[in-house]
Amino acid sequence: MQEHDMSWVRTEMALAQPAPPTERGAYAWVRKNLIGSVGDTILTVLGIAIVVWVLPQIVNWAFINAVWTGPDRTVCTTASQGGIQPDGWTGACWAFVNAKFGQFMFGTYPVEERWRPILVAILFVALLVPMLIPRVPRKGLNALLLFVALPIVAFFLLVGGVFGLPHVETPRWGGLLVTLSLSFVGIAVSLPMGIVLALGRRSKMPIIKWLCVVFIETVRGIPLITVLFFASVMLPLFLPEGVSFDKYLRALIGVSLFAAAYMAEVIRGGLQAIPKGQYEGADSLGLGYWQKMGLIVLPQALKLVIPGIVNTFIGMLKDTSLVLIISMFDLLGVVKQNFADPNWATPQTPKSGLIFAAFVFWLLCFGMSRYSMYTERRLDTGYKR
Amino acid sequence: MASQEILRGEPSRGSFINDPRIRSLFFQTLVVILLFSSIWWIVHNVIENLQRLHIASGFGFLKSRAGFDISDTPITYTSDSTYFRALVVGLLNTIIIAVAGIVLATVVGFLIGIGRLSQNWLIRKICTVYVEVFRNIPPLLVIFFWYSGVLAVLPPPRESIHLPFGSFLNQRGFYLPRVVWGDGSWLIGVALLLAIAMAWFVAHRARQRQLATGQQFPVFWTSVALIIGLPVLAFLLGGMPLTFDFPKQSTFNLTGGFWIKPEFLSLLLALSFYTAAFIAEIVRAGIRGVSKGQTEAAAALGLRSGPILRLVVIPQAMRIVIPPLTSQYLNLTKNSSLAIAIGYPDLTATAGTVLNQTGQAVEGVFIMMIAYLVLSLVTSFVMNIVNARMALVER
Repeated sequence: MQEHDMSWVRTEMALAQPAPPTERGAYAWVRKNLIGSVGDTILTVLGIAIVVWVLPQIVNWAFINAVWTGPDRTVCTTASQGGIQPDGWTGACWAFVNAKFGQFMFGTYPVEERWRPILVAILFVALLVPMLIPRVPRKGLNALLLFVALPIVAFFLLVGGVFGLPHVETPRWGGLLVTLSLSFVGIAVSLPMGIVLALGRRSKMPIIKWLCVVFIETVRGIPLITVLFFASVMLPLFLPEGVSFDKYLRALIGVSLFAAAYMAEVIRGGLQAIPKGQYEGADSLGLGYWQKMGLIVLPQALKLVIPGIVNTFIGMLKDTSLVLIISMFDLLGVVKQNFADPNWATPQTPKSGLIFAAFVFWLLCFGMSRYSMYTERRLDTGYKR
Repeated sequence: MASQEILRGEPSRGSFINDPRIRSLFFQTLVVILLFSSIWWIVHNVIENLQRLHIASGFGFLKSRAGFDISDTPITYTSDSTYFRALVVGLLNTIIIAVAGIVLATVVGFLIGIGRLSQNWLIRKICTVYVEVFRNIPPLLVIFFWYSGVLAVLPPPRESIHLPFGSFLNQRGFYLPRVVWGDGSWLIGVALLLAIAMAWFVAHRARQRQLATGQQFPVFWTSVALIIGLPVLAFLLGGMPLTFDFPKQSTFNLTGGFWIKPEFLSLLLALSFYTAAFIAEIVRAGIRGVSKGQTEAAAALGLRSGPILRLVVIPQAMRIVIPPLTSQYLNLTKNSSLAIAIGYPDLTATAGTVLNQTGQAVEGVFIMMIAYLVLSLVTSFVMNIVNARMALVER
């Protein structure tokens, strides 16, 4: 061997050197991300200016100057407006939200009966959480309980009139109760309906196909308010004399039809993305239409379009706020209704109430979108291109 | 053998129940029968209900006197005008808010979308916060926030906030200087049109010349010079026919100037800020959808970062961006119907008033649906033309 001759070759590995000081640490990060070039520096200065200008104002308004508790409007008004605050004071009036919290949640649902919606909410959370955690077994039973048993139980609990529970008419429902129940039922109805419409749109039977196309395109072409108008003023005309619908039910029909059309388009996207070989493979196994769709195509297609489906759900949750235009009081409607309360009318009340409502909507929607991103990553098993 | 028998001759279906053609015929007939009987049932009920409630039917009501006032009227309208004219005013207001909203939302959305891809950490974070906040809040809530949270608590007219260029802001709205077109101002309009035509012609010729000889021509600066220069020239030649009517403060209110009402302002701001969050996400996805190899290849050809963006990245990103952008424009147009919540007289609001006054719900909802469908179709048509121009030209 001639190894010993090659004395110019090092025998041990060179140790890894740390990166030069200009490339590591806080300074390098700042140089790379904040002051990379002249334009970058100008942008950074602008950005800092915006943050410095906006953030203290927001913090001051929402936390430092805010009023958290109080009996009536005097705590949220300045001396010249007839209150106790010094002149020139501005701050959030969380006392208003605090005082009206029960109404924001339940509307005018009778106070002594409010344990019923609370119980429904507990049941809902108890069924939803194991549904959302992938590791918990028995998903089929769970889904059955959540989407079939819970609506029935919730219906009897909320409406009452049986088992000795007093009857509560839907016009007394309000607040977050209406927002969540409308969107939950809307979701539970629009998903199967959307699947049927999407399958119909891709059907080989021309009449069924064109019926689905006309329905989907018409509903997608008009605003939800028009659909709600349709449901609230035209549906009663469609029914024979004497038969009438609850206003809540009419809104529910409007929202579900609207969401179903959008859902159908999302699911159609998924159906189109499944390669033809899957359809043909199912055919060659001798599966019938419903077996082919139910066992082979839909499981793959729905998995592909989970983000789209969740986006439709988020859109629906936001859209339920529109029912206030046909004078129903969801969360936003109740908040807005309470601006007119003379006991709490201050310049800060609308802003505070709306920001509270916005925060609730934001939490729900943001949570849903994050969960959908998580599911998407979990199910991303290589079908996507 | 049985298997050989199956292979020979016509495939046997067993029974006609399993024949797909007969099945499809059967189901479709069933659907048609169900559909027509339910339509017949509904029409029957509607006619009966209308007779019982003594509501007239048909579109004759369009010619009768409206009898209600509309706050924003782009064309002359009084309460003595017909219902038809009221609906036209509503439609025009919808178009105005939709066009203004689309322009503003596109500008803000593109800025935020590009900001989310910025090298700058701070700008990226600010844009992300904007998108995540506005995307997850109902647009109606944003409208109310601007309307009753911000604009309604501005100072009264006597203590108006002074803004640059002689404009004012108070709780009654936003007052801008109004342009007064004097005699001979038509010359400016003609000059502008002429300048646009010439700029287009220059661009066309420059492109032909570049294709033929490879020589470039500064098209952009020539166009800017033409489009600004010619109208200014016309302005000077016509004896400066333009004057500005500035809003003036009087005892109780502002007079003169161009008045933007708070309803319009809050609707415009809310719709465009809401839609801008979605457009930003679309733009970001579009730019990220252009593969890195394209940028690197362009750099390898010796292009600088400006031309890379302009000639390579943006044309390809636009292909990804335009179809979802179209549906955002459609959403904005449809969301403009939220105007009814704060009393801006758009199509839905005026049609709703007409519907309540006449009681003719079927016709009212029908008119609304047709109008929005036509608006959606027109928007899709225009965007499809844009899309076709942008699309990949394949041989």
